[in-house]
Amino acid sequence: MKKKALFAFSGLMLTFALVACNGDEESNETVDEAASGGNDSETDSEASAATSGTVTLAGSSAMQPLIGAAAEIYMGEVNTEADIQVQAGGSGAGLSQVSQGQVDIGNSDLFAEEEDNIPHEDLVDHRVAVVGMGAVANPGVGVDDLTQDELIDVWTGEVTNWSEVGGEDVDITLVNRPDSSGTRATFVDYALEGAEPAEGITEDSSNTVRQIVADTEGAIGYLAFSHIDDSVAALSIDGVEPNAENVQAGEFPIWAYQHSYTNGEPDGLVKEFLDYLLSEEIQSTLIPEQGYISVTEMQVERDAEGNETPVE
Amino acid sequence: MDQGRASERLLTQRKGQKRQSERKGKIIVYTAATITIVATLAVTFFLTQRGLQSFFVSGINPLEFFTSANWNPSGADPSYGALAFIFGSLAVTLLSAIIVAPLGIGTAIFMTEIAPRWGKRILQPVIEILVGIPSVVYGYIGLTVLVPWIRDTFGGSGYSLVAGVVVVSVMILPTVTTLSADSLKSLPDGLRDSSYALGATRWQTIRRVLLPAAIPGLLTAVILGMARAIGEALAIQMVIGNTRIIPDSLLDPAATMTTIITLNMGHTTFGSAENNVLWTLGLLLMVMSYILVLTVRYLASRRKV
Repeated sequence: MKKKALFAFSGLMLTFALVACNGDEESNETVDEAASGGNDSETDSEASAATSGTVTLAGSSAMQPLIGAAAEIYMGEVNTEADIQVQAGGSGAGLSQVSQGQVDIGNSDLFAEEEDNIPHEDLVDHRVAVVGMGAVANPGVGVDDLTQDELIDVWTGEVTNWSEVGGEDVDITLVNRPDSSGTRATFVDYALEGAEPAEGITEDSSNTVRQIVADTEGAIGYLAFSHIDDSVAALSIDGVEPNAENVQAGEFPIWAYQHSYTNGEPDGLVKEFLDYLLSEEIQSTLIPEQGYISVTEMQVERDAEGNETPVE
Repeated sequence: MDQGRASERLLTQRKGQKRQSERKGKIIVYTAATITIVATLAVTFFLTQRGLQSFFVSGINPLEFFTSANWNPSGADPSYGALAFIFGSLAVTLLSAIIVAPLGIGTAIFMTEIAPRWGKRILQPVIEILVGIPSVVYGYIGLTVLVPWIRDTFGGSGYSLVAGVVVVSVMILPTVTTLSADSLKSLPDGLRDSSYALGATRWQTIRRVLLPAAIPGLLTAVILGMARAIGEALAIQMVIGNTRIIPDSLLDPAATMTTIITLNMGHTTFGSAENNVLWTLGLLLMVMSYILVLTVRYLASRRKV
């Protein structure tokens, strides 16, 4: 009996110790940051001087692979003193956590202005990449090009069989994202011109969506370019193929910025890491490699209201 | 003299030590109990406070929440009717209980009454292993085996209410079987012996004597299985299709409260109506499992044998 109680007790203590450790880590982090901020102003002129410390990022799971890969290179080659921790959790969680000061950088697929309840006046937007999205269908539907009107008809349930848009005689199955998802918001705004999609299967993860579209007869969904492969058919819209060049030229409309938000202007290691994300090295090699589109090569620009303007 | 004093000292020391260790034990046990109680109360309080915010802070009409099936929290004109998800959760839970109760109790009877030695040696370990398989594995098997099978056999997309029910049934079957077997095993042997002595056959003994005596325990087993079913999220999310409408048939996709929470939690911002309404779904789930637990307590108190 006594042994059991002791065992349970030590288990409890262990849990507490872990919780306490987490707490400590967080407070250490802020201390480190303050220190690194101080160091930074002294050694600012020397670009090679390593700033040590911890940077935590959270948010958009669509951005996580890119930021994670960039952080690994940064810690391995650029600044071995730095500790960059990249967590997912979703755009909403990223915005909430950065505005509450729980993380240094909050990643989001959406403009902070598009979310209520986020004090976006304090948040500084750093656009690190662009992600293009395309409608993808099961390869058996016999369609590889739709007009935008046809696409809207398919998604709103006006059209329920692929033969009505020039394909095989198979019923259409829609594969949606959850209504709060940033990917869905982008697709609804720029592919469907704001039309509400009809009800269909709903899945959150891009890999699951791709698997369902690839396996289910007559299925159609939407995916970021980085998740499109040969198992699904990427549909052209009004004859424009979904690829990076067309997005950069402003011809393919379904894309979104990958925002990294900081609470106030960044300094110290946070600023150094953001600068690194925007550097030539990352923008011209890692970003295309990972299936994203370089933000520095965009020929169009978009604001929070969705107004598009040519760059320069 | 010296010797006497020494033994006296030893005696008092022992007494003191004993008292001290007694106190140590008390502290440990009391601390553990306090922490458990505080944690339970804290979770309940937190969930209640967050869950009610959607009504008091975001101004969502409770009547709309419980009776409307129109769910569109992020639209231009948002609506927060959760009836489709409440229906989905209840449908999955009740249907799987209906499937699992006869199967689980039948297996338990086989294990304890028909083939106790064989049951104990082979069936019980197998079932215990099934309890330990993580739910994501059940979901993955459902996704790769069950969903395509339903699609090929019955048509449609395969993502359906029935796929969710089958996956959850397989998940809770071992729980119900193990608890039912425990309840049957705990019946005193005197019951069996007297029944046989009166000339009853084995089947008569099982049906007329053992089952009625074990009823409270068997119901407890089924209800605890239902509690697991209503809280399951991951496996169901992978196979049920997660639509926002009440399904017309078993082969239509549906959604449960848990799947809507897991699908949307990360995308919504803290304090927004969209986020608050997910907490309300969580609160509702907690209330439902409290009701199930209270039912179990009531049944346990009625247990006569």
